Amino acid sequence: MAKTIAEINEKIKKGKVVVATAEEIIGIAEKEGINRTAQKVDIVTTATFGPMCSSGAYLNPGHSNPRIKLGGGKAYLNDVPVYTGWAAVDVYIGASALPEDDPRNKIYPGEFRYGGGHIIEDLVAGKDLKLTAFSYGTDCYPRRKLETWINIKDINEAVLFNPRNATQNYNVAVNLSQKVIYTYMGVLQPHLGNAMYCSAGQLSPLLNDPYYKTIGVGTKIFLGGGTGYIAWNGTQHNPCVKRTKRGVPCVGAGSIAVIGNLKEMSPYWLKGTSITGYGVNLTVGIGVPIPILNEEILHYTMVKDKEILAPIVDYSQNYPSGKEESIGEVNYAQLKTGKIILQGKDIPTASLSSYAKAKEIAEILKKWIKKGKFLLTEPVKQLPSVDSGIKLKNLKERPLNRKF
Amino acid sequence: MEKKRVILTFPYQLIDQPITYHLIKDYNLIVNILRAKINPEEEGKLIIEISGEEKSLNEGMNYLKKLGVSVQSLIKDIKWLEEKCTHCTACISICPTNALLVERKEMKVSFDKNKCIGCGLCLLACPYKAIEISF
Repeated sequence: MAKTIAEINEKIKKGKVVVATAEEIIGIAEKEGINRTAQKVDIVTTATFGPMCSSGAYLNPGHSNPRIKLGGGKAYLNDVPVYTGWAAVDVYIGASALPEDDPRNKIYPGEFRYGGGHIIEDLVAGKDLKLTAFSYGTDCYPRRKLETWINIKDINEAVLFNPRNATQNYNVAVNLSQKVIYTYMGVLQPHLGNAMYCSAGQLSPLLNDPYYKTIGVGTKIFLGGGTGYIAWNGTQHNPCVKRTKRGVPCVGAGSIAVIGNLKEMSPYWLKGTSITGYGVNLTVGIGVPIPILNEEILHYTMVKDKEILAPIVDYSQNYPSGKEESIGEVNYAQLKTGKIILQGKDIPTASLSSYAKAKEIAEILKKWIKKGKFLLTEPVKQLPSVDSGIKLKNLKERPLNRKF
Repeated sequence: MEKKRVILTFPYQLIDQPITYHLIKDYNLIVNILRAKINPEEEGKLIIEISGEEKSLNEGMNYLKKLGVSVQSLIKDIKWLEEKCTHCTACISICPTNALLVERKEMKVSFDKNKCIGCGLCLLACPYKAIEISF
Protein backbone atom coordinates (compact mmCIF):
# COMPACT_ATOMS: atom_id res chain seq x y z
CA MET A 1 0.00 0.00 0.00
CA ALA A 2 1.33 3.41 -0.92
CA LYS A 3 2.21 5.87 1.85
CA THR A 4 2.13 9.65 1.97
CA ILE A 5 4.69 12.04 3.42
CA ALA A 6 2.08 13.17 5.96
CA GLU A 7 1.64 9.58 7.14
CA ILE A 8 5.39 9.12 7.43
CA ASN A 9 5.62 12.33 9.48
CA GLU A 10 2.94 11.00 11.84
CA LYS A 11 5.08 7.90 12.33
CA ILE A 12 8.13 10.10 13.05
CA LYS A 13 6.18 12.01 15.70
CA LYS A 14 5.01 8.77 17.31
CA GLY A 15 8.55 7.36 17.28
CA LYS A 16 7.45 4.49 15.05
CA VAL A 17 9.26 5.39 11.84
CA VAL A 18 11.52 2.81 10.18
CA VAL A 19 14.60 4.29 8.55
CA ALA A 20 17.48 2.66 6.67
CA THR A 21 20.50 4.16 4.93
CA ALA A 22 20.82 3.77 1.16
CA GLU A 23 23.51 1.17 1.85
CA GLU A 24 21.45 -0.82 4.36
CA ILE A 25 18.31 -0.85 2.21
CA ILE A 26 20.01 -2.99 -0.45
CA GLY A 27 20.46 -5.93 1.94
CA ILE A 28 17.08 -5.45 3.65
CA ALA A 29 15.10 -5.44 0.39
CA GLU A 30 17.04 -8.35 -1.05
CA LYS A 31 16.31 -10.41 2.05
CA GLU A 32 12.71 -9.45 2.67
CA GLY A 33 11.50 -8.71 -0.84
CA ILE A 34 10.39 -5.43 -2.38
CA ASN A 35 6.77 -5.74 -1.36
CA ARG A 36 7.37 -6.29 2.37
CA THR A 37 10.23 -3.80 2.56
CA ALA A 38 8.19 -1.05 0.88
CA GLN A 39 5.57 -1.50 3.58
CA LYS A 40 8.03 -1.78 6.45
CA VAL A 41 10.64 0.90 5.63
CA ASP A 42 9.43 4.51 5.58
CA ILE A 43 12.56 6.47 4.74
CA VAL A 44 15.93 5.82 3.08
CA THR A 45 18.69 8.27 3.95
CA THR A 46 21.19 9.20 1.26
CA ALA A 47 24.29 11.38 1.55
CA THR A 48 27.40 12.79 -0.05
CA PHE A 49 30.51 14.59 1.19
CA GLY A 50 32.75 16.03 -1.48
CA PRO A 51 34.24 19.23 -2.92
CA MET A 52 31.44 21.34 -4.42
CA CYS A 53 32.85 24.47 -6.08
CA SER A 54 29.54 26.16 -6.71
CA SER A 55 29.00 27.01 -3.08
CA GLY A 56 29.04 30.13 -0.97
CA ALA A 57 27.39 32.06 1.81
CA TYR A 58 25.81 35.45 2.15
CA LEU A 59 26.16 37.52 5.28
CA ASN A 60 24.67 40.63 6.73
CA PRO A 61 27.21 41.89 9.28
CA GLY A 62 25.02 44.84 10.41
CA HIS A 63 25.37 48.58 9.78
CA SER A 64 28.40 50.44 11.06
CA ASN A 65 28.25 53.87 12.62
CA PRO A 66 28.64 56.06 10.59
CA ARG A 67 27.16 53.91 7.86
CA ILE A 68 29.13 52.53 4.93
CA LYS A 69 27.70 51.27 1.63
CA LEU A 70 29.46 48.03 0.77
CA GLY A 71 27.28 47.62 -2.32
CA GLY A 72 29.29 48.85 -5.28
CA GLY A 73 32.40 49.10 -3.14
CA LYS A 74 35.01 46.51 -2.29
CA ALA A 75 35.06 44.20 0.70
CA TYR A 76 37.32 41.44 1.99
CA LEU A 77 37.14 38.80 4.70
CA ASN A 78 40.64 37.83 5.89
CA ASP A 79 41.87 39.47 2.64
CA VAL A 80 39.66 37.22 0.47
CA PRO A 81 37.42 39.37 -1.77
CA VAL A 82 33.68 38.99 -1.24
CA TYR A 83 30.92 39.96 -3.66
CA THR A 84 29.46 43.42 -3.04
CA GLY A 85 27.02 43.81 -5.90
CA TRP A 86 24.10 43.81 -3.51
CA ALA A 87 22.67 46.30 -0.97
CA ALA A 88 24.58 48.29 1.62
CA VAL A 89 25.59 45.48 3.95
CA ASP A 90 24.91 42.17 2.24
CA VAL A 91 27.97 40.35 0.95
CA TYR A 92 28.45 36.93 -0.66
CA ILE A 93 31.52 34.76 -0.07
CA GLY A 94 32.16 32.46 -3.02
CA ALA A 95 33.89 29.18 -2.21
CA SER A 96 36.52 29.65 -4.94
CA ALA A 97 37.49 33.27 -4.11
CA LEU A 98 41.22 33.88 -3.61
CA PRO A 99 43.17 36.63 -1.86
CA GLU A 100 44.42 39.15 -4.43
CA ASP A 101 48.03 38.46 -3.44
CA ASP A 102 47.75 34.68 -3.76
CA PRO A 103 50.35 33.65 -6.38
CA ARG A 104 47.80 31.34 -8.04
CA ASN A 105 49.59 29.16 -10.57
CA LYS A 106 52.49 31.59 -11.05
CA ILE A 107 54.47 29.18 -8.93
CA TYR A 108 53.20 26.01 -10.55
CA PRO A 109 51.40 24.07 -9.26
CA GLY A 110 49.77 26.61 -6.95
CA GLU A 111 49.02 25.51 -3.41
CA PHE A 112 45.83 27.55 -2.87
CA ARG A 113 46.07 27.23 0.88
CA TYR A 114 43.39 29.77 1.80
CA GLY A 115 40.33 31.20 0.11
CA GLY A 116 36.54 31.43 0.16
CA GLY A 117 35.98 27.83 1.23
CA HIS A 118 38.30 28.29 4.20
CA ILE A 119 36.56 31.56 5.12
CA ILE A 120 33.25 29.69 5.34
CA GLU A 121 34.84 26.94 7.45
CA ASP A 122 36.45 29.49 9.80
CA LEU A 123 33.24 31.49 10.08
CA VAL A 124 31.22 28.39 10.99
CA ALA A 125 33.94 27.38 13.45
CA GLY A 126 33.23 30.63 15.34
CA LYS A 127 36.59 32.26 14.53
CA ASP A 128 36.87 36.04 14.31
CA LEU A 129 37.31 37.19 10.70
CA LYS A 130 38.77 40.50 9.57
CA LEU A 131 36.30 42.52 7.50
CA THR A 132 37.91 45.23 5.38
CA ALA A 133 35.79 47.44 3.14
CA PHE A 134 36.26 50.44 0.86
CA SER A 135 33.46 52.52 -0.55
CA TYR A 136 32.86 55.84 -2.28
CA GLY A 137 30.69 57.65 0.28
CA THR A 138 27.18 58.95 -0.24
CA ASP A 139 25.01 61.43 1.63
CA CYS A 140 23.27 58.59 3.47
CA TYR A 141 26.31 56.28 3.68
CA PRO A 142 29.22 58.69 4.21
CA ARG A 143 31.90 56.28 5.40
CA ARG A 144 34.64 55.25 2.98
CA LYS A 145 36.69 52.74 4.91
CA LEU A 146 35.98 50.06 7.44
CA GLU A 147 38.23 47.62 9.26
CA THR A 148 36.84 45.38 11.98
CA TRP A 149 36.63 41.87 13.35
CA ILE A 150 33.36 40.06 12.82
CA ASN A 151 32.07 36.84 14.32
CA ILE A 152 29.20 34.65 13.14
CA LYS A 153 27.49 34.89 16.51
CA ASP A 154 27.28 38.69 16.31
CA ILE A 155 26.11 39.21 12.74
CA ASN A 156 22.47 39.35 11.59
CA GLU A 157 22.32 36.63 8.97
CA ALA A 158 24.72 34.01 7.70
CA VAL A 159 23.16 31.80 5.05
CA LEU A 160 24.81 29.05 3.04
CA PHE A 161 23.48 29.21 -0.51
CA ASN A 162 25.05 26.86 -3.03
CA PRO A 163 23.92 27.12 -6.66
CA ARG A 164 25.16 23.66 -7.73
CA ASN A 165 25.75 20.72 -5.39
CA ALA A 166 25.41 16.95 -5.16
CA THR A 167 25.81 16.27 -8.88
CA GLN A 168 24.19 13.05 -10.01
CA ASN A 169 27.14 10.93 -11.17
CA TYR A 170 30.43 12.27 -12.48
CA ASN A 171 33.42 11.68 -14.75
CA VAL A 172 36.33 9.45 -13.84
CA ALA A 173 39.39 11.53 -14.66
CA VAL A 174 42.56 10.12 -16.24
CA ASN A 175 45.63 11.57 -17.93
CA LEU A 176 46.73 10.25 -21.33
CA SER A 177 49.60 12.72 -21.68
CA GLN A 178 53.25 12.34 -20.78
CA LYS A 179 53.34 14.76 -17.86
CA VAL A 180 51.66 15.13 -14.48
CA ILE A 181 48.60 17.38 -14.59
CA TYR A 182 46.86 19.17 -11.73
CA THR A 183 43.10 19.27 -12.17
CA TYR A 184 39.95 19.82 -10.13
CA MET A 185 39.79 16.03 -10.08
CA GLY A 186 43.16 15.91 -8.30
CA VAL A 187 46.72 15.13 -9.33
CA LEU A 188 46.65 12.94 -12.43
CA GLN A 189 49.74 10.91 -13.22
CA PRO A 190 50.86 10.54 -16.86
CA HIS A 191 50.17 7.53 -19.09
CA LEU A 192 47.00 6.51 -17.22
CA GLY A 193 48.97 6.49 -13.95
CA ASN A 194 45.84 6.84 -11.83
CA ALA A 195 42.10 7.45 -12.10
CA MET A 196 40.16 9.85 -9.87
CA TYR A 197 36.41 9.70 -9.28
CA CYS A 198 34.03 11.84 -7.25
CA SER A 199 30.67 10.43 -6.17
CA ALA A 200 29.23 8.61 -3.17
CA GLY A 201 27.81 6.07 -5.66
CA GLN A 202 25.08 3.98 -4.07
CA LEU A 203 24.75 6.48 -1.19
CA SER A 204 24.54 9.57 -3.39
CA PRO A 205 21.17 11.42 -3.12
CA LEU A 206 20.24 11.88 -6.77
CA LEU A 207 21.45 8.41 -7.77
CA ASN A 208 18.84 6.99 -5.37
CA ASP A 209 16.01 9.01 -6.88
CA PRO A 210 17.17 9.11 -10.49
CA TYR A 211 14.03 10.73 -11.92
CA TYR A 212 13.60 13.18 -9.00
CA LYS A 213 10.25 11.68 -8.02
CA THR A 214 10.56 12.64 -4.33
CA ILE A 215 13.46 15.11 -4.24
CA GLY A 216 12.27 18.57 -5.30
CA VAL A 217 12.21 22.25 -4.44
CA GLY A 218 11.44 22.55 -0.73
CA THR A 219 12.82 19.14 0.30
CA LYS A 220 14.31 19.44 3.77
CA ILE A 221 17.86 18.08 3.97
CA PHE A 222 20.95 17.67 6.15
CA LEU A 223 23.22 20.52 5.07
CA GLY A 224 26.67 21.14 6.50
CA GLY A 225 25.74 19.59 9.85
CA GLY A 226 22.52 21.61 10.18
CA THR A 227 19.29 21.51 8.27
CA GLY A 228 18.63 23.16 4.95
CA TYR A 229 16.39 22.96 1.94
CA ILE A 230 16.61 22.35 -1.76
CA ALA A 231 16.08 25.78 -3.26
CA TRP A 232 15.99 24.93 -6.95
CA ASN A 233 17.59 22.63 -9.45
CA GLY A 234 21.32 23.18 -9.59
CA THR A 235 22.97 25.05 -12.44
CA GLN A 236 23.91 22.72 -15.33
CA HIS A 237 21.06 20.41 -14.20
CA ASN A 238 21.04 18.07 -17.15
CA PRO A 239 18.46 15.29 -16.78
CA CYS A 240 18.08 14.22 -20.44
CA VAL A 241 21.26 12.13 -20.69
CA LYS A 242 21.85 8.48 -21.44
CA ARG A 243 20.56 6.29 -18.62
CA THR A 244 20.70 2.62 -17.66
CA LYS A 245 17.56 0.45 -17.64
CA ARG A 246 16.87 1.37 -14.04
CA GLY A 247 17.15 5.04 -14.84
CA VAL A 248 20.62 5.77 -13.48
CA PRO A 249 22.41 8.40 -15.60
CA CYS A 250 25.62 7.14 -17.19
CA VAL A 251 27.26 10.59 -17.03
CA GLY A 252 26.95 13.73 -14.89
CA ALA A 253 23.25 14.69 -14.91
CA GLY A 254 21.06 16.39 -12.29
CA SER A 255 22.17 18.70 -9.49
CA ILE A 256 20.57 20.73 -6.71
CA ALA A 257 20.84 24.26 -5.36
CA VAL A 258 20.68 24.23 -1.57
CA ILE A 259 20.13 26.78 1.17
CA GLY A 260 20.33 26.77 4.98
CA ASN A 261 21.20 28.71 8.11
CA LEU A 262 25.00 28.74 8.38
CA LYS A 263 24.76 29.58 12.09
CA GLU A 264 23.44 26.08 12.77
CA MET A 265 26.10 24.31 10.73
CA SER A 266 29.44 22.78 11.71
CA PRO A 267 33.01 23.10 10.43
CA TYR A 268 33.14 19.32 10.54
CA TRP A 269 30.75 19.20 7.58
CA LEU A 270 31.89 22.33 5.69
CA LYS A 271 35.57 22.16 4.91
CA GLY A 272 37.83 24.59 3.12
CA THR A 273 39.58 22.62 0.42
CA SER A 274 42.85 23.24 -1.42
CA ILE A 275 43.17 21.59 -4.81
CA THR A 276 46.80 21.78 -5.93
CA GLY A 277 47.23 23.60 -9.22
CA TYR A 278 43.50 24.31 -9.46
CA GLY A 279 42.14 26.43 -6.65
CA VAL A 280 40.13 26.69 -3.49
CA ASN A 281 36.89 24.88 -2.88
CA LEU A 282 34.36 23.97 -0.20
CA THR A 283 33.66 20.37 0.74
CA VAL A 284 30.02 20.12 1.68
CA GLY A 285 28.13 17.44 3.57
CA ILE A 286 24.61 16.84 2.26
CA GLY A 287 22.07 14.24 3.35
CA VAL A 288 18.70 13.79 1.66
CA PRO A 289 15.86 11.64 3.01
CA ILE A 290 13.84 9.68 0.47
CA PRO A 291 10.31 8.80 1.58
CA ILE A 292 9.46 5.25 0.53
CA LEU A 293 6.04 6.13 -0.84
CA ASN A 294 5.70 2.98 -2.92
CA GLU A 295 7.57 0.02 -4.38
CA GLU A 296 8.85 2.00 -7.34
CA ILE A 297 10.60 4.55 -5.09
CA LEU A 298 12.05 1.70 -3.02
CA HIS A 299 13.32 0.00 -6.18
CA TYR A 300 15.30 3.14 -7.09
CA THR A 301 16.90 3.35 -3.63
CA MET A 302 18.13 -0.23 -3.96
CA VAL A 303 20.68 0.83 -6.56
CA LYS A 304 24.10 -0.75 -6.00
CA ASP A 305 27.57 0.56 -6.80
CA LYS A 306 27.97 -2.05 -9.53
CA GLU A 307 24.83 -0.73 -11.29
CA ILE A 308 26.15 2.82 -11.51
CA LEU A 309 28.37 3.47 -14.50
CA ALA A 310 30.73 6.41 -14.89
CA PRO A 311 32.51 7.61 -18.02
CA ILE A 312 36.31 7.70 -18.08
CA VAL A 313 37.47 11.03 -19.48
CA ASP A 314 40.95 12.21 -20.44
CA TYR A 315 41.75 15.48 -18.67
CA SER A 316 45.01 16.22 -20.50
CA GLN A 317 43.58 16.90 -23.98
CA ASN A 318 39.89 16.08 -24.27
CA TYR A 319 38.36 17.80 -21.26
CA PRO A 320 40.26 21.11 -21.64
CA SER A 321 39.23 21.37 -25.28
CA GLY A 322 35.57 20.74 -24.48
CA LYS A 323 35.50 17.19 -25.78
CA GLU A 324 34.05 15.21 -22.94
CA GLU A 325 34.06 11.98 -24.87
CA SER A 326 34.39 8.85 -22.82
CA ILE A 327 37.33 6.51 -23.41
CA GLY A 328 35.74 3.78 -21.32
CA GLU A 329 33.12 3.06 -18.72
CA VAL A 330 33.47 1.63 -15.21
CA ASN A 331 31.11 1.07 -12.30
CA TYR A 332 31.56 2.31 -8.75
CA ALA A 333 32.07 -1.19 -7.33
CA GLN A 334 35.14 -1.49 -9.58
CA LEU A 335 36.33 2.01 -8.69
CA LYS A 336 36.02 1.27 -4.99
CA THR A 337 38.30 -1.79 -5.20
CA GLY A 338 41.18 0.62 -5.78
CA LYS A 339 41.97 -0.65 -9.27
CA ILE A 340 40.41 -0.57 -12.72
CA ILE A 341 41.66 -1.99 -16.00
CA LEU A 342 41.76 0.28 -19.03
CA GLN A 343 43.54 -0.30 -22.34
CA GLY A 344 44.99 -3.48 -20.81
CA LYS A 345 46.59 -1.59 -17.96
CA ASP A 346 45.96 -1.79 -14.21
CA ILE A 347 45.18 1.72 -12.99
CA PRO A 348 45.01 2.63 -9.30
CA THR A 349 41.87 4.59 -8.38
CA ALA A 350 41.13 7.15 -5.70
CA SER A 351 38.19 9.35 -4.80
CA LEU A 352 37.71 13.01 -3.96
CA SER A 353 34.32 12.34 -2.42
CA SER A 354 34.45 10.62 0.97
CA TYR A 355 32.30 7.50 1.11
CA ALA A 356 33.11 7.07 4.82
CA LYS A 357 31.80 10.56 5.63
CA ALA A 358 28.76 10.13 3.39
CA LYS A 359 27.93 7.02 5.38
CA GLU A 360 28.32 8.98 8.61
CA ILE A 361 25.88 11.64 7.33
CA ALA A 362 23.32 9.01 6.28
CA GLU A 363 23.55 7.58 9.82
CA ILE A 364 23.19 11.01 11.47
CA LEU A 365 20.14 11.85 9.37
CA LYS A 366 18.67 8.46 10.26
CA LYS A 367 19.22 9.20 13.96
CA TRP A 368 17.63 12.67 13.68
CA ILE A 369 14.54 11.21 12.02
CA LYS A 370 14.23 8.35 14.50
CA LYS A 371 14.51 10.76 17.42
CA GLY A 372 11.71 12.88 15.96
CA LYS A 373 14.05 15.85 15.40
CA PHE A 374 13.65 15.92 11.63
CA LEU A 375 10.32 15.84 9.79
CA LEU A 376 10.03 15.44 6.04
CA THR A 377 8.67 18.15 3.79
CA GLU A 378 6.54 17.85 0.72
CA PRO A 379 8.33 19.33 -2.34
CA VAL A 380 6.56 22.41 -3.64
CA LYS A 381 7.91 21.99 -7.17
CA GLN A 382 9.48 19.06 -8.98
CA LEU A 383 12.96 19.24 -10.44
CA PRO A 384 13.00 19.10 -14.26
CA SER A 385 13.28 15.44 -15.25
CA VAL A 386 13.79 13.38 -18.41
CA ASP A 387 10.70 14.86 -20.08
CA SER A 388 11.91 18.45 -19.65
CA GLY A 389 13.77 18.59 -22.94
CA ILE A 390 16.67 20.40 -21.23
CA LYS A 391 19.84 20.40 -23.31
CA LEU A 392 23.05 21.58 -21.69
CA LYS A 393 24.49 24.31 -23.87
CA ASN A 394 28.06 25.26 -24.42
CA LEU A 395 28.87 28.91 -24.83
CA LYS A 396 28.64 30.03 -28.43
CA GLU A 397 31.18 32.79 -28.78
CA ARG A 398 30.29 35.61 -31.14
CA PRO A 399 32.90 38.07 -32.41
CA LEU A 400 32.24 41.60 -31.19
CA ASN A 401 33.04 43.16 -34.62
CA ARG A 402 33.46 46.57 -33.05
CA LYS A 403 34.78 49.41 -35.15
CA PHE A 404 36.41 51.25 -32.27
CA MET B 1 68.55 -7.80 11.43
CA GLU B 2 67.40 -4.42 12.61
CA LYS B 3 66.02 -1.75 10.33
CA LYS B 4 65.31 1.93 10.85
CA ARG B 5 64.47 5.01 8.81
CA VAL B 6 66.34 8.08 9.90
CA ILE B 7 66.98 11.67 8.90
CA LEU B 8 70.64 12.62 9.06
CA THR B 9 71.50 16.28 9.30
CA PHE B 10 75.07 17.18 8.32
CA PRO B 11 76.68 20.45 9.39
CA TYR B 12 78.34 22.32 6.50
CA GLN B 13 81.89 21.09 7.33
CA LEU B 14 80.79 17.50 6.74
CA ILE B 15 78.87 17.79 3.49
CA ASP B 16 81.85 16.76 1.34
CA GLN B 17 82.73 13.70 3.45
CA PRO B 18 81.95 10.16 2.19
CA ILE B 19 80.12 9.21 5.37
CA THR B 20 77.67 6.77 3.80
CA TYR B 21 80.65 4.88 2.41
CA HIS B 22 82.01 4.38 5.93
CA LEU B 23 78.65 3.20 7.22
CA ILE B 24 78.63 0.50 4.57
CA LYS B 25 82.32 -0.43 4.54
CA ASP B 26 83.30 -0.12 8.21
CA TYR B 27 80.05 -1.12 9.93
CA ASN B 28 78.67 -3.61 7.40
CA LEU B 29 75.34 -1.78 7.16
CA ILE B 30 72.84 -1.78 4.27
CA VAL B 31 72.04 1.80 3.38
CA ASN B 32 69.13 2.74 1.11
CA ILE B 33 69.05 6.45 0.31
CA LEU B 34 65.45 7.70 0.12
CA ARG B 35 66.12 11.38 -0.26
CA ALA B 36 69.10 13.72 -0.15
CA LYS B 37 69.50 17.47 -0.30
CA ILE B 38 71.81 20.30 0.59
CA ASN B 39 70.00 23.47 1.54
CA PRO B 40 71.17 27.04 0.81
CA GLU B 41 72.77 27.26 4.27
CA GLU B 42 74.89 24.31 3.12
CA GLU B 43 73.45 22.00 5.67
CA GLY B 44 72.95 18.48 4.33
CA LYS B 45 69.88 16.30 4.85
CA LEU B 46 69.91 12.63 4.07
CA ILE B 47 66.94 10.37 4.59
CA ILE B 48 68.01 6.75 4.67
CA GLU B 49 66.75 3.35 5.50
CA ILE B 50 69.50 1.57 7.31
CA SER B 51 69.67 -2.09 8.29
CA GLY B 52 72.15 -4.52 9.82
CA GLU B 53 72.93 -6.42 13.03
CA GLU B 54 71.83 -4.58 16.14
CA LYS B 55 75.40 -4.17 17.37
CA SER B 56 76.68 -2.81 14.05
CA LEU B 57 73.72 -0.49 13.80
CA ASN B 58 74.41 0.98 17.22
CA GLU B 59 78.09 1.37 16.42
CA GLY B 60 77.23 3.05 13.12
CA MET B 61 74.91 5.48 14.87
CA ASN B 62 77.60 6.28 17.43
CA TYR B 63 80.05 6.95 14.60
CA LEU B 64 77.61 9.47 13.09
CA LYS B 65 76.96 11.18 16.40
CA LYS B 66 80.70 11.45 17.13
CA LEU B 67 81.20 13.18 13.78
CA GLY B 68 78.51 15.71 14.64
CA VAL B 69 75.77 14.32 12.36
CA SER B 70 72.41 14.57 14.03
CA VAL B 71 70.27 11.44 13.77
CA GLN B 72 66.52 11.59 14.06
CA SER B 73 63.88 9.02 13.48
CA LEU B 74 61.98 9.77 10.23
CA ILE B 75 58.56 9.03 11.68
CA LYS B 76 58.87 11.87 14.17
CA ASP B 77 58.80 14.45 11.39
CA ILE B 78 55.79 13.08 9.53
CA LYS B 79 52.32 13.57 10.85
CA TRP B 80 48.98 12.35 9.56
CA LEU B 81 46.41 14.64 11.17
CA GLU B 82 43.48 12.31 11.56
CA GLU B 83 41.09 15.09 12.57
CA LYS B 84 41.78 16.88 9.26
CA CYS B 85 41.49 13.75 7.12
CA THR B 86 38.06 13.30 5.49
CA HIS B 87 38.88 9.79 4.25
CA CYS B 88 38.28 10.91 0.68
CA THR B 89 41.19 8.67 -0.45
CA ALA B 90 42.68 11.24 -2.86
CA CYS B 91 46.18 10.38 -1.53
CA ILE B 92 45.85 6.64 -2.01
CA SER B 93 46.70 6.16 -5.66
CA ILE B 94 49.72 8.44 -5.28
CA CYS B 95 51.43 6.93 -2.21
CA PRO B 96 54.23 4.70 -3.59
CA THR B 97 54.69 2.53 -0.49
CA ASN B 98 51.08 2.04 0.66
CA ALA B 99 51.86 3.90 3.87
CA LEU B 100 48.51 5.56 3.22
CA LEU B 101 46.01 2.78 2.86
CA VAL B 102 42.22 2.36 2.62
CA GLU B 103 40.29 -0.27 4.47
CA ARG B 104 37.89 -1.07 1.63
CA LYS B 105 34.81 -2.10 3.60
CA GLU B 106 34.40 1.15 5.50
CA MET B 107 36.47 3.14 2.96
CA LYS B 108 38.56 4.61 5.80
CA VAL B 109 42.11 5.82 5.36
CA SER B 110 44.91 4.87 7.75
CA PHE B 111 48.57 5.80 7.88
CA ASP B 112 51.45 3.44 8.66
CA LYS B 113 54.40 5.59 9.68
CA ASN B 114 56.79 2.70 9.35
CA LYS B 115 56.10 2.36 5.63
CA CYS B 116 56.42 6.08 4.87
CA ILE B 117 59.56 7.16 3.01
CA GLY B 118 58.79 10.87 3.28
CA CYS B 119 58.58 11.44 -0.50
CA GLY B 120 55.95 14.15 0.01
CA LEU B 121 53.75 13.22 -2.98
CA CYS B 122 50.70 13.09 -0.70
CA LEU B 123 51.20 16.75 0.22
CA LEU B 124 50.12 17.73 -3.29
CA ALA B 125 47.24 15.29 -3.41
CA CYS B 126 45.60 16.00 -0.03
CA PRO B 127 42.94 18.74 -0.34
CA TYR B 128 42.72 19.19 3.45
CA LYS B 129 46.44 19.41 4.29
CA ALA B 130 46.03 16.43 6.58
CA ILE B 131 49.65 15.34 6.16
CA GLU B 132 52.52 17.39 7.51
CA ILE B 133 56.16 16.79 6.80
CA SER B 134 58.52 19.05 8.67
CA PHE B 135 61.95 18.37 7.25
